[in-house]
Amino acid sequence: MTATTTSARSELSELGRSETALRTFLHGLPGVDQVGAEQRAAQLGTRSIKTTAKAQAIDLAIRMVDLTTLEGADTPGKVRALAAKALRPDPADPSCPHVGAVCVYPAMVPHVAEVLRGSAVHLASVATAFPSGQAPLEIKLADTRAAVAAGADEIDMVINRGAFLAGRYQEVYDEIVATKEACGDAHLKVILETGELATYDNVRRASWLAMLAGGDFVKTSTGKVPVAATMPVTLVMLEAVRDFRAATGRQVGVKPAGGIKTTKDAIKYLVMVNETVGPDWLDPDWFRFGASSLLNDLLMQRTKLTTGTYSGPDYFTLD
Amino acid sequence: MSERVAVRKTYKLFIGGKFPRSESGRSYLVQSSNVSLASRKDARDAVVAARAAVKGWAGATAYNRGQILYRAAEMLEGRREQFVALGIPGDEVDAAVDRWVWYAGWADKIAQVYGGANPVAGPYFNLSAPEPTGVVAVVAPERPALLGLVSVIAPAIVSGNTVVVAASPTEPLAAVTLAEVLATSDLPGGVVNILTGAITETAPTLASHLDVNAIDLTGVTDATLATDLEVKAAENLKRVLRPAPGDHDWFAGPGLARMTTLLETKTVWHPKGV
Amino acid sequence: MFEYAPAPESRSVVDLKPSYGLFVDGEFVDPADGGSLKSINPASEEVLAEVAEAGSADVERAVRAARKAYDKVWGPMPGRDRAKYLYRIARLIQERSRELAVLESLDNGKPIRESRDVDLPLVAAHFFYYAGWADKLEHAGFGADPKPIGVAAQVIPWNFPLLMLAWKIAPALAAGNTVVLKPAETTPLTALLFAEICQQADLPAGVVNILTGAGDTGRALVEHPGVDKVAFTGSTEVGRAIARSVAGTRKKLTVELGGKAANIVFDDAPVDQAVEGIVNGIFFNQGHVCCAGSRLLVQENVADRVLESLKRRMAQLRVGDPLDKNTDVGAINSAAQLERIRELSDAGSAEGAERWSPPCELPDRGFWFAPTIFTGVTQAHRIAREEIFGPVLSVLTFRTPAEAVEKANNTPYGLSAGIWTDKGSRILWMADRLRAGVIWANTFNKFDPTSPFGGYKESGYGREGGRHGLEGYLNV
Repeated sequence: MTATTTSARSELSELGRSETALRTFLHGLPGVDQVGAEQRAAQLGTRSIKTTAKAQAIDLAIRMVDLTTLEGADTPGKVRALAAKALRPDPADPSCPHVGAVCVYPAMVPHVAEVLRGSAVHLASVATAFPSGQAPLEIKLADTRAAVAAGADEIDMVINRGAFLAGRYQEVYDEIVATKEACGDAHLKVILETGELATYDNVRRASWLAMLAGGDFVKTSTGKVPVAATMPVTLVMLEAVRDFRAATGRQVGVKPAGGIKTTKDAIKYLVMVNETVGPDWLDPDWFRFGASSLLNDLLMQRTKLTTGTYSGPDYFTLD
Repeated sequence: MSERVAVRKTYKLFIGGKFPRSESGRSYLVQSSNVSLASRKDARDAVVAARAAVKGWAGATAYNRGQILYRAAEMLEGRREQFVALGIPGDEVDAAVDRWVWYAGWADKIAQVYGGANPVAGPYFNLSAPEPTGVVAVVAPERPALLGLVSVIAPAIVSGNTVVVAASPTEPLAAVTLAEVLATSDLPGGVVNILTGAITETAPTLASHLDVNAIDLTGVTDATLATDLEVKAAENLKRVLRPAPGDHDWFAGPGLARMTTLLETKTVWHPKGV
Repeated sequence: MFEYAPAPESRSVVDLKPSYGLFVDGEFVDPADGGSLKSINPASEEVLAEVAEAGSADVERAVRAARKAYDKVWGPMPGRDRAKYLYRIARLIQERSRELAVLESLDNGKPIRESRDVDLPLVAAHFFYYAGWADKLEHAGFGADPKPIGVAAQVIPWNFPLLMLAWKIAPALAAGNTVVLKPAETTPLTALLFAEICQQADLPAGVVNILTGAGDTGRALVEHPGVDKVAFTGSTEVGRAIARSVAGTRKKLTVELGGKAANIVFDDAPVDQAVEGIVNGIFFNQGHVCCAGSRLLVQENVADRVLESLKRRMAQLRVGDPLDKNTDVGAINSAAQLERIRELSDAGSAEGAERWSPPCELPDRGFWFAPTIFTGVTQAHRIAREEIFGPVLSVLTFRTPAEAVEKANNTPYGLSAGIWTDKGSRILWMADRLRAGVIWANTFNKFDPTSPFGGYKESGYGREGGRHGLEGYLNV
């Protein structure tokens, strides 16, 4: 880290002490032109990734999947099966990598932990009164501590969108700081719920707020509101983590979640990562896909590349 | 008792709102008067004055330009007898006043008629609007001395251009008198500049001048000179208004072409987003 | 590292003949004097085809065919029928767009991504747009019964061969004129394929005539006394010569010429989009764009930050095979153009500007020039004044909006300009003062058939596109 980034980092760490300082900083960030950002994302989506590049991208994407189930109907049996799939996505092919993590509700963490114990697959738990975040802070923190105690090494928290949209940045910031503290050694992913933030300017500000407060990842969505991850939203977040590292020297990960269902989509995201923030982020430690059905499509495309034949859903597990 | 000795008028050039003699000190006898014989240097001075006036005139509101031009029409009407005394038929003076009023009203309408929104296939605001081209050199028609002159000056300046006019060499008195009208209306100095004298002397200077944006060749009757001026005008791609072939009926409705030829269309794009 | 494997577009969709004649009076014919020139692929220097070089006898024949078609068929034809022919052509272009896009990239050197996603959709849209005007001319604002001019001589450049053809032919035909068009010497092939499309559309013979050739052919065409209208897109130097040559004639002239556009970035700009706009402004189509944002005027207090972002972004540009779907910057169109770009760039270095290009490997064969920026450029440098027409950006700084306007306007050109700021009132203030025909605010290099395009000052006169684009082809 250079001297400038050290001093920039300490200046930025002061921002959280005052509502005014936070507001001044966040509103001083460069604006995002919606049309331009969407065009850039669309243009990146036209890259043609074939043959060896495609094979490489598919394996990388599998390793980046946070295999997720977040349903009221989740049971120990259901999440155990999911965890088993996370370890061996394609039982027929031992060369197929495992996914990045399994992502579940806090109550399901112990059941997943049993399956994953000793593996390199991470265990992520949503917390902080996911998905709305509309609970008292003590409850959100208790939620977080419980998930970590049960074996989660990654926590996916939600920001308080109501406070953010009302301009109470300090409140949002303090909650993230408190949750980070409650995480202990667990990695903290901060869900911005971009579908509720409405503008890219807000997405950029919320990303910075989350990073300033100590988040290890910024994540787009809960998957519980109509608009989940999109290419342009992820682009804006990638630009934010890129600029944040340039200013502070600290690297923050990005996780688009929800709505990414096909290999084609996943590859578009990887292209965007590659050309926006570069190879440093092309790693499951720094980029994840929050998804469920995506995995099977990746597996089918992977089989196609290795065998030359198109597969079908019956050949892959439904978990 | 002896008859009163009249005070005679000196007919001079009109440059930058002032009435200088030709810097060359020359004059020529025409319509029983000594009229300034403008030099190339006078033409260049007039271009400088016209250029200096562009910013203020083009930058004025269209409403303001319309008011000023209407004021000029009022002054013109008031001097009706003076033009008649110069030998201009009364109906021509009337037509000239009416023509001026007609153009004055275009000041705040031409942009609406000639510009507009373009429905592009994308999330963009897109608007085309006309703007003045800048400094226009005008070779005024020989005659009708007043109506012809008004009919070439008004469409040029109404949109915000400034002009350097080479007046009719054979009937220049109407032009100088019109200059006096304009000087006593609220028209800023330099918006209209009038050179009297030989077209062959002033027009080539104007046609080749790189700080002139357009040239109106209406008054050039000699085909060889017209071609020569057009060739000179090509040097900086001046917009060229060529005389229509055949005799022109100056009393007929003029249409928009004189105005639009001296306009640039500017199109502005901006994304629509949140 | 994530390396993209080659993703070449197949060229099998293009069926090139070894040689092509002239398209006159509805048929391909041999030139009267038998001259020919070779069209090469600038990315490989391979000969693509031999095309005829039209001489004065061929010009005579084509103008006569166009006159006959004007008098007998196209002039008298009701507008609604002209419209239907133009709609047919628009549809045929859409149907054959892959073939046209590949051929355009082969002949011109531009990336397939651009010919496929920009050129061809705009070409079809242009015909579609003007088709609809053919039977509505009385509502276009040019009088109750506007008349066509007659035979139009049209000379187009090599940077957007088919798009410039569309810009010329679509409004001319909609207004009721017939045309003789000369494509550029180095990029004649899509125009010849367009001639086939005219045949396929059963367009009456002589309405569109295509004469291939070089400068002499173009000169003979615009100077032909049987021509009523001349439309030219190309360099200011040639535009001047054409303006001189039509002096003293009754030919109506419209010219769309060079540019040296300022792309102005303020300190409150949406910086990531501004950087995209700078890149798109100067590296789109290898910078072979008359309205390219070739002068970056960046506010001094953000210059370092913007340049850093720009350089990072430029490092992502993929230079190479135009037919690879992932190529961003293709080949320079010709050896002559490459030489001009080199000469001006060398002048930039010699005059003390600092030159930078991202590391990029250029192919051995063909004509290539790495994306380049010059910093420390002043208004006095040649690279700040002369049109380079290549992927070379000159960077200057300014301190105040007034200074930005002054520098932007300090050029004999006036085709386009860009403004990047989040402040709406400043955009409009700037747009009022910039002397240019197209102002892109918070975007750049956008085109649409409904949107008039054309310049101030030495960038030419007349507008192409929109209702305004009809004016040059009507007797008004």
